[in-house]
Amino acid sequence: MGLEVTDLRVYYRTLAGDVKALDGVTLGVAEGEIMGLAGESGCGKSTFGNSLIRIDGRMRHVGGSVVLDGIELPIADGDAMREYRYKLVSIIPQYAMSALNPTRRIGRMIDELLESRGVRHEEYEAELRRRLALVGLQEDVLRRYPIELSGGMKQRVVMVISTLLDPSLLIADEITSALDVSSQKAVAQTLVQFRDEGFVRAMIVVTHDVSILYQIADTLAIMYAGRLAEKAPTEELMERPLHPYTRLLISSLPEMGVRFADARLAGIPGAPPSLLNPPTGCRFRTRCPLADAECETQPPFVEVAPEHAVACWKVA
Amino acid sequence: MLTLERASKTYRIGAFGGGRLVAVREADFSVAQGEVVSLIGESGSGKTTIGRMILRLISVNGGRITLDGEDIAALRGPALRAYYRVVQGVFQDPFSSFNPIFKVDHVFSLLRGLLGGGQADDGWRRRVDEALASVGLEGGQVLHKYPHQLSGGQLQRVLIARALLLDTRFLVADEIISMLDASTRIDVLNLLGDLKARGLGILFITHDLSLANYISERAIILRRGRVVESGPTTAVFGNPLHPYTQQLLGAVPRLHEKWGTGPRSGKADACCYHDTVTASPAAGQPAMVEAEPGHLVGCANLYGVCPGDTDAEVRATA
Repeated sequence: MGLEVTDLRVYYRTLAGDVKALDGVTLGVAEGEIMGLAGESGCGKSTFGNSLIRIDGRMRHVGGSVVLDGIELPIADGDAMREYRYKLVSIIPQYAMSALNPTRRIGRMIDELLESRGVRHEEYEAELRRRLALVGLQEDVLRRYPIELSGGMKQRVVMVISTLLDPSLLIADEITSALDVSSQKAVAQTLVQFRDEGFVRAMIVVTHDVSILYQIADTLAIMYAGRLAEKAPTEELMERPLHPYTRLLISSLPEMGVRFADARLAGIPGAPPSLLNPPTGCRFRTRCPLADAECETQPPFVEVAPEHAVACWKVA
Repeated sequence: MLTLERASKTYRIGAFGGGRLVAVREADFSVAQGEVVSLIGESGSGKTTIGRMILRLISVNGGRITLDGEDIAALRGPALRAYYRVVQGVFQDPFSSFNPIFKVDHVFSLLRGLLGGGQADDGWRRRVDEALASVGLEGGQVLHKYPHQLSGGQLQRVLIARALLLDTRFLVADEIISMLDASTRIDVLNLLGDLKARGLGILFITHDLSLANYISERAIILRRGRVVESGPTTAVFGNPLHPYTQQLLGAVPRLHEKWGTGPRSGKADACCYHDTVTASPAAGQPAMVEAEPGHLVGCANLYGVCPGDTDAEVRATA
C-alpha cells in the first residue's frame, strides 16, 4: 500500500506573512521502500517529514492529502492525529539525543510512553529486550539515565522506542548528522535492518548528506525551496542526474580521492530564495546556468523516464 | 613554524576537581607556513583541545607549544598581543561567534587595538577591503549588516576575513565547514586552499575524512587524545596502517561505492594497548615508528611489541 502524498502545501505563520515551506509536493513511497530526502537547509525537507506526523503546532496545512495504507491521515488536525501518531506513523526526531526525558530512567520512560498509547508495557517487555540486543545495546540501559549514555547509544535507544509499535511509516530526520563516522555507519545500517526485519514498512530518511543516502536509500528525492526538484531510484539519480540543481549539488561534494591540488570543485553560487515571497516560475532559475525566459513559468514535476521525475523545462 | 612538543592537557573533572581526564597526550607535530594540516578525530578525541591550546584559550599541562622556537605559554602583555597578530582561530558555529548587536564593521574595528595605535583610518579601511576581497566578499555587501542579515557561508567568510585583518601567519580552523550547506561548504574549503597558496599555515580540525583528504597536505589521526597516525595525506589515506585509521576510512560514506558488509560495530577494532592506555596514562604506549618517509604510525602490532596475542582476543570480542 505505502504512502501517497498529493500536492501537499504547508505554510508557517509569521508576523511578516506566510512562509511557504512546502508548496505542492507530490510523491509516493512504496511498501518496503527507503526513500531518501535531501536538500539544503531551509528547503522544506524537515517540514515535509514533520507535517506527515503533525508534530509542530505552528504549521498550517493549506492543501493536499496524505494517504497511508489506504487511510487518509488528518494532518491538518493535531488532536485527530493522536490516534495515528507513533502507532501508524512514527518519527525519529532531529537531535534525538535531546529527545529523551533527562529525569527518567530509560525503562520507566518507555513504560510511561507505552501506557500513554493504551498499551500494557508487559506485552512489549520481551520484544523491547530483543530489539535492544539487535541494535547492540545491553539490557541495563533500561536502568540508566540518558546522561549516562553516549550520543550513539542515545540515538539507538530513540530508534528502538520510535519503532516499538511497528509503525507503517517511519520518518528519520537528520539522525546521523551529529554522529562520528563510525557511529553514523552503525546507525544508518540499523535503519536498513529495521526495514529488513519488518519493524517498519516504509521509511523516509531526511538528511543533507547525500552520501549517507546513497548507502541506504532505494530512491532519492531532491528538494529545493519548498518543491521537489527531482526523484529517481538511487543509482539512477547518482549516475544520470537531470535537474541542474541535482547535478551541481552532486558535483560539489568532495568525494574520497578528489583533492584540491588536482581538481578544484565548485560550489553553487548564490543562495536559495526566501520562502516568504518566493519568486514566480522555477525557483532555482536565479542560480541556474541554463535558465532563460521559459523558466519564468513554473515547470511541472513530470516523469521523464520510468520512475524518474524532474521539474525542469530544460530536460527534454 | 608552529610546533607542539609533547604537548598534553589534563582536565580536572568531578565535584571538587578530584578526577582527571587526559584530553591530549603528548601531541607532537608542527604546522609550517603554506601548508594545510588536518587534525582528524571523533568527538572526544581532543582535537578541539589542541586548537584551543594553540590559541592559548586553555593552558598546556605538559610539554610545550612554540612559535618560531619561542614558548607561547610564557607570553605576556605586548608579546601576547604580538602572538595574536600572527595566530588566529575560526570556530564551528558562525551564528554564535558574533555579538548579535554589533554590525560587521564594528566587529572588525575591535581588532584595531590589537594592531597597536597609529593605524590611520585610510590604512585601516584598505586593510578591511583587502581582507574581505581575499575571502570573496565586498565591503558594501557585508560591512553595514548585522550578523542575522547574513547567511552562514557569508558569516564564516567574515570570520576568516577578521582573522586575516592582522598579520596572520597561522590559522586554526576548528570544524569551520560542518555547519554549512553542501552548496557553499566547498567554496569555504577552496578559500582555505587559496590562503595556503598565499603562505598561510592552516590547522584544519575536522571529523570529516573526505574534507581533510580534499584540502590538506598532511593528515594527523587522533584517537583518545593520542596521535595514532600521521603523514602526507596521500600516504595516510592511500595506505592506512593503524587499524583505527582503516576502520574510520571504511566507515566513510562514499558516493559511488557502497559500504562493505563488514562488522556493524561502532567500536574501534583496538590496538592491544587500547584498554591499558585508557586506564592509566603511565601505562605503556606504543611509540611512533616511521613506516615510510614521513608516515608515522603508533601501533604496537606493526612491529611485534604486542604482548601475547591479545589483539586476536580483542578482535574476537569486538
